[in-house]
Amino acid sequence: MSETIDIAALGGVKEGEKKRPRSKDRRLEIACQSVEDRLKNYDEVALGYSPAEAVAEAMRCLECPKPRCVVACPVHIDIPTFIGHVSRGHFVGAAEDIRKYNNLPAVCGRVCPQENLCEAACIINDTNPKNPIAIGRLERFSADWQFGHSERRADSVAKAPATGYKVAVIGSGPAGLSCSADLAKMGHTVHLFEALHKAGGVLMYGIPEFRLPKAIVQKEVEYVQALGVQLECNAVVGRTMPVQEVLDEFDALFVASGAGYPNMMGIPGENLNGVYSANEFLTRVNLMKAWKSDVGTPIRKPRRVVVVGAGFTAFDVVRISLRLGAEEARIVYRRSREEMPGRGEEIEHALEEGAIFTLLTNPVRYIGDDNGFVKAVEVQKMELGEPDSSGRRRPVPVRDSNYIIECDTVVVSIGQTPNVLIPSNLPGLATRWGSVIKVNRETYMSTVPKVFAGGDAITGAATVILATRAGREAARSIDGYVRDPNRGWYPPAV
Amino acid sequence: MYRITGKKVLATGVVEMTIEAPRVAKAHKPGQFLMVMNREDSERVPLTIADSNPETGEVTIVFLEVGRSTIELGEEFQVGEDLFAVLGPLGTPTHLDKVGTVVVIGGGLGVAPIYPICKGLRATGNRVVTIIGYRRKDLMFWDDKLRSASDELIVTTDDGSFGMKGFVSDALKKLHDEGRPMDRVVAIGPPVMMRAVAELTRPWEVPTTVSLNTIMIDGTGMCGGCRVGIGDETKFVCVDGPDFDGHKVHWDEMFARMKVYQKEEREAIASSPSCRLYFETLKR
Repeated sequence: MSETIDIAALGGVKEGEKKRPRSKDRRLEIACQSVEDRLKNYDEVALGYSPAEAVAEAMRCLECPKPRCVVACPVHIDIPTFIGHVSRGHFVGAAEDIRKYNNLPAVCGRVCPQENLCEAACIINDTNPKNPIAIGRLERFSADWQFGHSERRADSVAKAPATGYKVAVIGSGPAGLSCSADLAKMGHTVHLFEALHKAGGVLMYGIPEFRLPKAIVQKEVEYVQALGVQLECNAVVGRTMPVQEVLDEFDALFVASGAGYPNMMGIPGENLNGVYSANEFLTRVNLMKAWKSDVGTPIRKPRRVVVVGAGFTAFDVVRISLRLGAEEARIVYRRSREEMPGRGEEIEHALEEGAIFTLLTNPVRYIGDDNGFVKAVEVQKMELGEPDSSGRRRPVPVRDSNYIIECDTVVVSIGQTPNVLIPSNLPGLATRWGSVIKVNRETYMSTVPKVFAGGDAITGAATVILATRAGREAARSIDGYVRDPNRGWYPPAV
Repeated sequence: MYRITGKKVLATGVVEMTIEAPRVAKAHKPGQFLMVMNREDSERVPLTIADSNPETGEVTIVFLEVGRSTIELGEEFQVGEDLFAVLGPLGTPTHLDKVGTVVVIGGGLGVAPIYPICKGLRATGNRVVTIIGYRRKDLMFWDDKLRSASDELIVTTDDGSFGMKGFVSDALKKLHDEGRPMDRVVAIGPPVMMRAVAELTRPWEVPTTVSLNTIMIDGTGMCGGCRVGIGDETKFVCVDGPDFDGHKVHWDEMFARMKVYQKEEREAIASSPSCRLYFETLKR
């Protein structure tokens, strides 16, 4: 299926030639759907580079001998090498190279906060400010190209001979998928349990289609299955089968159950109709596809929406609301623009699409109508005080500043914590705050022998790339453990 | 994968269905529920498990054809066909400790889920007095099963066409008036019935367990759509329940939350050919 790439025509480096990097050039913008169009559909907003664009952007890379981007990347992708492949027209080679370090390049190329990681570290920032190499876009381009242009058969992947060891992985989100893929390549028998009816975890229920197409996620899942991983959906370990039963059957267990329990503020009126947790709103729309007209799961069409919070999730919610036809979609955030944890591109896209930001403002109660539906939120103005433990300035309420914002929908998007199901069904498993599993950060071993954990289950809600890294590092540790004749156990200090 | 192995219409709109789900059947304990998805694009519907057989790997559900998904499940799916997804058993099992005499009440569809609870309570040494209530005689089902699972069975019908005339709460009040022992009450059925029972037993100070069936998506503690005020806390029905202290449930809030998708449900029913046909048949 591979096609010949005329690298000269694309402006890249020909075979045997030396690269002359054009680092002075401006960073190449990515084509996007127009605001008008994208508000009428759920299709991906950023359209991706064409081969010519990818090569042009790759030609800007200096391919530094001591690349800072690689250090800044949580999984240390060999960025100059893969970009070198792109600039020479070896697109599939670029993708294969990324895959040595990251099992989910098509996903991470889309949702990683590159501007705070690899791209922030790019040396070109020093001489050509705000014009780092668009590493994320090139990662996405390479992975997408590979999906479309190579067989990418899992049976061609170098796999170690079967070891006979059996590992159970709980949760098929980024940590679980990444860990399963690596364990399978190492020759272990892997059984992957997923509670929902589709694999992918937060990639399916949390991140909307217009940021991460579900077909892309399913391609990554299929690839992991093709490596020999046995996927079992509709299986909640701790309910569908006792945790102990799984422990008895397998040599090791990797808990990657994520952070799926929604935080609420505990203010009056939170149980009114029309007040959603972000998880409910997102799951209805993303996993259950409530945005389509012909599916079983409903969503109430919002008219005036207040989204509480300003993380990734809040921006996803506000942008979904606009696509559902909301006339007014407002982010209410207790800090200022500078402290917003959301990804820069998402914030820009949300603003373009008409989201309103009401900053330094916090809800204090929700007001309902006679039928129990929310009709307004009472908010309070805030000002920034001294920095808190997160290093950000702490918001402090302003006296007598309360006022009312009318709305028919509120989505509380102030974070998630891990589900307590596994800890509460596994005696001896040490946690922080009752749900975040404690592990030795070197070995990913918990306080219960055989039980490893990683991803959001050990950190609380974080990013896809950190979960992917945890899955990979845990796989290495699990591999060492199952092969160790003494089965040495190195739990966290409690 | 989740094959329908049995289907029986128990009364108008009440369907008993047996489904192959070996893991669920093996792990099921009284009071737990499962989630059903008819097809890939269907909603996830929580239904209480009415019986299970770990040997054959089958679970039994009894449901009322009331919304688009339950009507389609009852009308479109036949024995031998597969459901897209069955997930369970979910929720915290009913406490079955020995307390003495337990009055177990099932109203309408609630007759089905109390069956495993009656069996379980008896197995731990309780005396089980069961009250089951229906609107009319022709809507009765499973009274024989409940009789075999109870030490004493009282049947009520709203119109008096069978057994005692009146509501289950009337039968409960009669038991209390007669000074019969009553160490605990378990009530499952329509929310109005559960509230009526809880209000009755409150002054008697008899611990009363109710089983809530609120709107939920995942059933594992992820969406929080099922949340309801219990005492001065907010609880998730899917993981903290479905059983709660009936004296602590914020019933008004729960009633309001059950109505959140009424409009959307009406539209869904109107757009489903099976639902239209079902209601036309009912009229005739």
